Amino acid sequence: MTTQKTSQSRLARAWDSDLAYSFRKTPVAVVSAVIVLVLILGAVLAPWIAPLNPFDPASLNLMNGFTPPSTPNAFTGETFVMGTDDQGRDVFSTILFGMRISLFVGFSAVFLAIILGVTLGLLAGYLGGWVETIIMRVADIQLTFPSIMVAMLIFGIAKGVTPPEYRDQMAIWVLILAIGLSDWVQFARVVRGATLVEKNKEYVQAARLIGRSPVAIMLRHILPNVLNPVLVIATISLALAIIAEATLSFLGVGAPPTKPSLGTLIRIGQEYMFSGEWWILLFPAVTLLALALSINLLGDWLRDALNPRLR
Amino acid sequence: METPILSVRNLVVEIPTRHGILRPVDNVSYDIHAGEILGVVGESGAGKSMTGNAVIGLLNRPAHIKSGEILLSGQPIHSLSGDALRRLRGKRMGMIFQDPLTSLNPLLTVGEQLTETIMEHLDVSYAQALDRAVAALDEVGIPAARARINSYPHEFSGGMRQRVVIALALCAEPELVIADEPTTALDVSVQAQIIALLKRLCRERGVAVMLVTHDMGVIAEAADRVAVMYAGRLAELGPVRDVILNADHPYTAGLMASTPLASQGQKRLRQIPGSMPRLGQLPMGCAFSPRCEFAQDKCKQDPGPTRETCNGRAACWFPLSSTAKQEATQ
Amino acid sequence: MLAYILRRVFQSLIVLLAVGLVAFAMFNFVGDPVDNMLGQERTQADIERLRQQLGLDQPFLVQYWKFLEQAAQGNFGLSYRQGRPVADILAERLPATLELALVSGILALIGGVVLGIFTAIRRSGVAANVIMTVSLVGVSLPTFLIGVVLIYVFSVELGWLPSFGRGEVVDLGWWSTGFLTVSGLKALILPAIMLGLYQMTLIMRLVRTEMLEVLRMDYIRFARARGIREKSINFKHALKNTLVPVITITGLQLGSIIAFAIITETVFQWPGVGLLFINAVQFVDIPVMAAYLMMISVMFVAINLIVDMLYFAIDPRLRLDRKGGGH
Repeated sequence: MTTQKTSQSRLARAWDSDLAYSFRKTPVAVVSAVIVLVLILGAVLAPWIAPLNPFDPASLNLMNGFTPPSTPNAFTGETFVMGTDDQGRDVFSTILFGMRISLFVGFSAVFLAIILGVTLGLLAGYLGGWVETIIMRVADIQLTFPSIMVAMLIFGIAKGVTPPEYRDQMAIWVLILAIGLSDWVQFARVVRGATLVEKNKEYVQAARLIGRSPVAIMLRHILPNVLNPVLVIATISLALAIIAEATLSFLGVGAPPTKPSLGTLIRIGQEYMFSGEWWILLFPAVTLLALALSINLLGDWLRDALNPRLR
Repeated sequence: METPILSVRNLVVEIPTRHGILRPVDNVSYDIHAGEILGVVGESGAGKSMTGNAVIGLLNRPAHIKSGEILLSGQPIHSLSGDALRRLRGKRMGMIFQDPLTSLNPLLTVGEQLTETIMEHLDVSYAQALDRAVAALDEVGIPAARARINSYPHEFSGGMRQRVVIALALCAEPELVIADEPTTALDVSVQAQIIALLKRLCRERGVAVMLVTHDMGVIAEAADRVAVMYAGRLAELGPVRDVILNADHPYTAGLMASTPLASQGQKRLRQIPGSMPRLGQLPMGCAFSPRCEFAQDKCKQDPGPTRETCNGRAACWFPLSSTAKQEATQ
Repeated sequence: MLAYILRRVFQSLIVLLAVGLVAFAMFNFVGDPVDNMLGQERTQADIERLRQQLGLDQPFLVQYWKFLEQAAQGNFGLSYRQGRPVADILAERLPATLELALVSGILALIGGVVLGIFTAIRRSGVAANVIMTVSLVGVSLPTFLIGVVLIYVFSVELGWLPSFGRGEVVDLGWWSTGFLTVSGLKALILPAIMLGLYQMTLIMRLVRTEMLEVLRMDYIRFARARGIREKSINFKHALKNTLVPVITITGLQLGSIIAFAIITETVFQWPGVGLLFINAVQFVDIPVMAAYLMMISVMFVAINLIVDMLYFAIDPRLRLDRKGGGH
């Protein structure tokens, strides 16, 4: 950059870029992006837009239990868009709050995985030697196992380490740890590969010669080159992390019923599948599906747009 | 005069893109006769490979033939259906690719690839096909052909692999062979052998060869006539000796002056200023005019006609060697 | 070639040792199993007795040695939760998981390869695009939701198939099979579909990507230039080259079926090792978790070895003695 561009021209350039063009020309990507944005907004603004706070016992009325969607309750006459569950909690509100937890865990886990993977990948690629051997060996071994299983295992171990009385409180953090630790390998591999390529280029050698510190070289020169693949992997990882969280919670080894995520809600809803209260299951399931599918479609589009050869 | 094996008439290839329609091949015409090698030369992106792909019907979408004709021994083939064209490929026209390392299927033996091609096009039994395959390898100079027929491509050296590729292109005895940069990926010592092989096969079998290359040395060595392409258009066409020693088109002249082979005696090689324009940004008039030292206003307005010159043809308002024989004929 | 195999076996042993270390660390540093086994009303005597019984009162090195010795013999001690030998529990649960994995694996492999080839060849066709879109939905769908939907449609609404359990099982002494009874087979259908579907979409997408990659190669263009029929180009020239990379990843996918069985088994209450594992995680039953981990590792490592062997069978470049030049 030789001249200071105004932010407007930068925006204009961004709009004109191939990526933005491809985005506008891909209706699937646009629709997915809108859905993801709406869902994220709903989750962020949950405390303000949810009709009821499902975690506030004072707002609950057991008489409202099992009210079907958009039908007045037989005893209280109250109406709920998506009905209520066994305890009279508004399903719509629980979904908004559940999504909050799902998204929080998803984003945090991917963030953890990126930090861990990028750091270890840079170190392995740049330092080489035994550091690289150890990091990549561990990565290989971990990659032998499906990440959901690794996450379960880490969850189990972390749960064992936590004293029983704190387990419910800690569950969310344990989930983030478990999913994040199970997912760093891909980032590390990509970053290491790119680092190995960049490391030997002249400009890096030059930076080294003029005495730049290794940390500065890694951050300033090598990191920018790996942003594209990291972005693609991160998007797909986010969908996977949200699904992983939902799966763990569904299996009963994730978010506790006192702080239900979408997976927990589906687990609860499944119990009422046979007795006909379909709404308790259906709405959280559809929300989870929309969330995961939209993020996946976005990631798919991003991968194709940044790497047209794969199309 | 006898019917040429290949006759390309006013061929236009277009690629629709986001930024408009590109014409990698623009109004190109030439003939190739039996037993003749036509060299097609030009910088990368000049449209020489694209012409070859158009002839054999292997343009990658969205590139397509927009207009013009391609005649194979007088039969129009530019409008044939996919399957009809497939039957012609291999049988009546063969193609040799640039890189012998990647043009052979690594998981099939040389014999499998040869017999498959032979049995696709000729009505022979497997045993006969195998004999023909051995003969084909023998003809291109592979020692102990019978023993090596069951070898995999990776068991051959680079030069030997290119011989196998040539055997594959010729095994069903086509009339026309398109060789797309057949020597570019090879060592210099092997290049001469492959060129000699191509020349021999051309003479012995009377095959018409379209030799696409950017290497003037290869052209001088092998071709009978040469077509010079620039930015999708045919700049000049004529017998190889005349074009090299006495170019009509300023671009050809510049190209020759920058080639060691044709400029012996000169103290240093000359350069053509600038570079070939990208297809989306062609000037209005002659594509070469921005780089041409002789260009005048007329050149910048109108690409000009292709005229008969004493050498052959040149697409230039002011041919260098002589005054044009006559006014535009086409 | 022998040297290569030996090296791979050696590497596999290292993987197993690393996993063994994790398992041992779990035994020693995670939680207090006594807490987990005894309820709220426990006396000091109860605790001491149990600690002794489980060998938790012994010094670190003794425990470590004992662990290695026992693990090599497949002995992982007593389940904290059930109080029975872990090996026995695993042995009686394993047939259920293996039968389920086998059926889903075959389903995933055949369906995935066939659909992958189809979508690659008919890349721009309507059917291929529909399949690709559906498969993307399939990949995005959490597998447990597929199971829930299957149960809702075929068990709750239609009532055709059971929603849980393994049906009637025939005991063959060392193996209990559900293949021999009608109810066993019926019970297998839904879990097998749920488990296979996800793997099938993954294999399909992988085959498609690889095949498209191969179809762009020079030798495919050259085959076209020789007038070879599309059928032969697709199934002879392209497919064979596609299979080489597909085999590795597919092999690993089949391995992960056993892991994903955890989810399927939970949804369908299928009495296999996966359900055992998830219960162990819930109750922090360390011996069961560790034993399951070791067992799965052995399986994965074995699958990886087999995949490597298959490589040699398909790619002649590897079969050859390396005579210089590399590959």
